[in-house]
Amino acid sequence: MPGPQSPQFSSVADVAERLAAAGYLPDAQISTTVFLADRLGKPVLVEGPAGTGKTELAKALATATGSELIRLQCYEGLDEARALYEWNYKKQLLRIQASQGTDGADWDTVHDDIFGEEFLLSRPLLTAIRRTEPTVLLIDETDKADVEVEALLLEVLSDFQVTIPELGTITAVRRPMVVLTSNATRELSEALKRRCLYLALDYPSAEREREIVLSRVPGLAPGLADQLVRTVRALRALELKKSPSISETLDWAQTLLELGLDTLDESAMRSTLGVILKHASDQTRAAAELRLN
Amino acid sequence: MTSRVPAVEPGGLAGHLDGFVRAVRDAGVPVGISQAVDAAEILTVVDLLDREQLRHGLAAVLLQRAAQRPTYDVLFDLWWPLSDRPPVPEDDRDEAPGDGGGEADCTLDLPGSAEDLAELMRAELLRLLLDGDEEALRRLARAAVERLGRGQPSPSGQSFFSYRVMRALSPDTLVARLLSGLLAEGDRGGLAEQVARQTLRERLAAFRAAVEAEVRRRTAAEKGRDKLAKSAVRPMADQVDFLRAQAADLAELRRAVAPLARRLAVRLSARRRLAREGRLDFRKTVRASLGTGGVPVVTHHRSRTVHKPELVVLCDVSGSVAGFSHFTLMLTQALREHFTGVRAFAFVDSTDEVTRFFRPGADVVDAVQRIGREADVVAFDGHSDYGNAFEVFADRWATAVGPRTSLLVLGDGRTNYRPPGLPVLADLVRRSRSAHWLNPEPQRMWGSGDSAADRYGEVIDMVECRNATQLAEFVTTL
Repeated sequence: MPGPQSPQFSSVADVAERLAAAGYLPDAQISTTVFLADRLGKPVLVEGPAGTGKTELAKALATATGSELIRLQCYEGLDEARALYEWNYKKQLLRIQASQGTDGADWDTVHDDIFGEEFLLSRPLLTAIRRTEPTVLLIDETDKADVEVEALLLEVLSDFQVTIPELGTITAVRRPMVVLTSNATRELSEALKRRCLYLALDYPSAEREREIVLSRVPGLAPGLADQLVRTVRALRALELKKSPSISETLDWAQTLLELGLDTLDESAMRSTLGVILKHASDQTRAAAELRLN
Repeated sequence: MTSRVPAVEPGGLAGHLDGFVRAVRDAGVPVGISQAVDAAEILTVVDLLDREQLRHGLAAVLLQRAAQRPTYDVLFDLWWPLSDRPPVPEDDRDEAPGDGGGEADCTLDLPGSAEDLAELMRAELLRLLLDGDEEALRRLARAAVERLGRGQPSPSGQSFFSYRVMRALSPDTLVARLLSGLLAEGDRGGLAEQVARQTLRERLAAFRAAVEAEVRRRTAAEKGRDKLAKSAVRPMADQVDFLRAQAADLAELRRAVAPLARRLAVRLSARRRLAREGRLDFRKTVRASLGTGGVPVVTHHRSRTVHKPELVVLCDVSGSVAGFSHFTLMLTQALREHFTGVRAFAFVDSTDEVTRFFRPGADVVDAVQRIGREADVVAFDGHSDYGNAFEVFADRWATAVGPRTSLLVLGDGRTNYRPPGLPVLADLVRRSRSAHWLNPEPQRMWGSGDSAADRYGEVIDMVECRNATQLAEFVTTL
């Protein structure tokens, strides 16, 4: 286990301030959890609907701490060779063939040689562990990966070490900050959840969303931003198939700005509804409930 | 740093945390020992004077699902109530003016009579609702409970009631005045009004929640929190009985069921994808190996004939199980978006096919209403008649159930003492590949009164499915 390393943040307020400077407005829950993750050296599991800023959080964290972001995108069929490490067998083959010409090299040297550092292809997890500079490791959409990958993550996330049979155990020199995201399409295993700090991200409060809109789309008039956020919240209350997320609110704000609209009335909304609602049935429903016709 | 724990409050804090963890566990959140240890570690790291930090910090280690959060928050407020906080230095108080609680926060002077007081508070509430300042609303809620929520003092102590506050302030009657305050002249009727109404609904709900939280806090202070912890905590959405769900739970429940269907679809399609490669095609592999000098580098497989899952859902939509059938129909709808071979039938005392209402992209709420209006499910008096319904189904859609079909019957099996139609059902079960019956009643009720569930259970696999958790369990075994 790596020794205690100096924490990146001095207080919860410090987290909030530096994330905000990186363009991410956290609420009390987010900044507290990030602070704890930093202090306790635990990974954070961020769960919530699509488009609530889960991946953004990891990116902002990397910017705020001046770390490099290493990203492991999960998908069905992701395996050890893609997540952890792989032997570069083509290069190994070349090495063997090259040594056949020269008579000097005996089997032992070649054998030791081809399982050396030079022939190791480091994938995101191993890369993150071996780095000596500050690192943020983002394991994105963990729920998409197969259950076997979780078992793989357990060793990495609890001890921050990786065992390679030919090389031995590699322990992190410097613990990376780990952020796992999940859309909750399946329940992650208890063992994985237990090792993480849990952060449930939901749609933000009206006030925070307005601040996010204003900081990300600076040209927007505050009055219009207010109207926009309230309309989006009304849409979210409608039990749609896909509720508009923060990223869609931002897209919408950008759209209104580009179109030069200064108020959000029925006709403006009708013509831009496609920006926030991506299902035909949702659009019909919203149009009926909000009396657009 | 660990030494700080006993230093803050000798002996007491660890025990207090332990009690809190136990309460969270009792409320149905599985908290392991390692998490309890982590929780203790949290205490050493967060600023204990900042209540919100403590709240979010403990939540980060104790919870595993978003649905557990409301329960957790109620318990947290009971275990770490506002007034129990250690004394705050003067400069801290300035930063968090809302956290004090009590007299100092109320901006109102005390007038003489109760009516005057209520009227004054009503005016203040109106102003704050228009303003939308949540912190101020919470402060008003606390003051309102203090002044208006007192019940008759009894020997067991002072009690507080939220209904007294709500009756005195009757915030719902303010809506018309609020709307005119929020809207300009020309905005009436259209988009702006709908949006304003939603904003008001949110603010009113926030006020009501604040009043209830304050009543809980005061009651806990009077009567002890252990007594309250059990009654104050509502069951989590996925534990709510389908048959007893209230309007407020329904929306929450619908949200819990939606991802379930998606999860099932993902699982089923993943299984089908994995099964795509069949046995080794020896001949083809040898042929291909000629190109690489006889070494079979790439193996070829025969493609397997894909078994397409066919699902027939037979659903009781009579009044007694309306809440339940709503969710199962939602599941049906979601499945239909992913699989072509799903057919849905609804019955009360006769059966009709309702697949057409569940076109992909259709709205479920809408579809359920249309079933009630347009489908031919009532032949006689509108009371469930399982015998007749099964007969009509077997007669008119004889080909619907075949050797590749999974049959799913949804209903409580209460026959109103009419013939249960066991032989027809047994025949359907025999013809299908697999058959299950989901029953929203608790198992101990099966066979009581007019329920024929126990007799049905002899011919079909009957599963108790009272809440979303059980539905999820069943879905994963399907």
